[in-house]
Amino acid sequence: MNWLFNFIVFPGFIFTAAIGMLASWFDRKLTARVQWRVGPPVLQPLYDFVKLLGKETIIPKGSFGTFVLAPISSLVSVTIVSTMIWNVMLWPERGFVGDLIVTLYLLTIPSIALIIGGAVSRNPLASLGVSREIKLLLSYELPFIIAMFVPVIKAGGSIKLGDLLTYQWENGLFIGSWSGAIAFACVLACIQAKLAYVPFDIPEAETEINNGPLIEYSGTPLAIFKLSRWMLLFVLPMFVIFMFMGGISLHGWHILWGILKYIMILGFVILVKVTNPRVRIDQALKFFWWGVTPLAIVAIILAFVGV
Amino acid sequence: MSVKLKALKRSIWLFHFNSGSCNNCDIEIVDCLTPRYDLERFGIKLVGSIRHADVMMVTGFVSRQAAPRLKLLYEQAPKPIFVVAVGTCACSGGIFAPSYNMAGPVDKIIPVDVYIPGCPPKPEAIIMGVVKLLSKLK
Repeated sequence: MNWLFNFIVFPGFIFTAAIGMLASWFDRKLTARVQWRVGPPVLQPLYDFVKLLGKETIIPKGSFGTFVLAPISSLVSVTIVSTMIWNVMLWPERGFVGDLIVTLYLLTIPSIALIIGGAVSRNPLASLGVSREIKLLLSYELPFIIAMFVPVIKAGGSIKLGDLLTYQWENGLFIGSWSGAIAFACVLACIQAKLAYVPFDIPEAETEINNGPLIEYSGTPLAIFKLSRWMLLFVLPMFVIFMFMGGISLHGWHILWGILKYIMILGFVILVKVTNPRVRIDQALKFFWWGVTPLAIVAIILAFVGV
Repeated sequence: MSVKLKALKRSIWLFHFNSGSCNNCDIEIVDCLTPRYDLERFGIKLVGSIRHADVMMVTGFVSRQAAPRLKLLYEQAPKPIFVVAVGTCACSGGIFAPSYNMAGPVDKIIPVDVYIPGCPPKPEAIIMGVVKLLSKLK
């Protein structure tokens, strides 16, 4: 029963969804404040979610199973990642060898679900968005994984999340070293693309292809896709904090410091989003392959040298 | 009031359809989202796909080219969907009423919930129209 509680209530679904909705509100509010607007109320994401649950669901002909399963698989994979990270953060001895690799795999599933869901919806704009999403996935996934090697090398080749965390608690945070700082910068660029936020929101460019892969979604599947996107807004910064900034500890005053770390990363991502124009897909590919990837490789070399 | 309706009232997503308008009403609709009026305070936002929409804002006298597309879009929308006719042309045809290529006004093609007259209606008038629509919902 313990694992069920873990998955559904505390570090899992309900907790992540609540914080994800709050993060989404923070995103919209900060965007509005930067544009000199007032912005929506705190419960706005909840209203949107409940409203979408109450709307009619339209499913394109001949695509029932995949069309509905894509958002659900996206939601489930994000929930599993959150459960694993928080379990290790609270009890570092939990987890298993190789859970870092499982996490990296599960973090790509929301994008893949978007690709599959968009591809079966039989809409020209959706297929355009899907092809862009595939190219974007190819471009950011390479530097993301290379940069994630840096903590592994520094912690002596361990691929267990708990070991990475306890190493940081004993020997200082990874972000404090040169290689860690460079890898952290690479990962920040990659999570901007993973969240599909503005310099890299090419797959769902609202002004040219109308939300791309999501264009045919309505009602409950759209609500689930939106919810998994909001939860990603919580899980991805949390994963970065975990890997480079020593996670969040729940002892006394440390919790405030942890919340500050999260808000700093989220605020940075949102400020980049509201102050930049969208790039083309070829520019994004060039940026990630010829800009971020060499930087990540430099970080790996520095980590091997021990700087 | 049910939870569903309460949530719907606080989160209206607009879809904007131009059925042969002179673009003036369209500019005024986009005006409602600017910092001065900021409809996002009430959860109202503009969406690009009819599948996400709760309210369809139709501008313009409906030309014969646009009429079948307007009907198709209305049928593609997930229910409940509400239609707002923005501008004199959409309400009655305006100066285009006697013209040979007019198939509208809007309520001849699809059922309309709220009419907002004006050429173009001011953003205040559009907001008032949306408020009247919200108070009509039961």
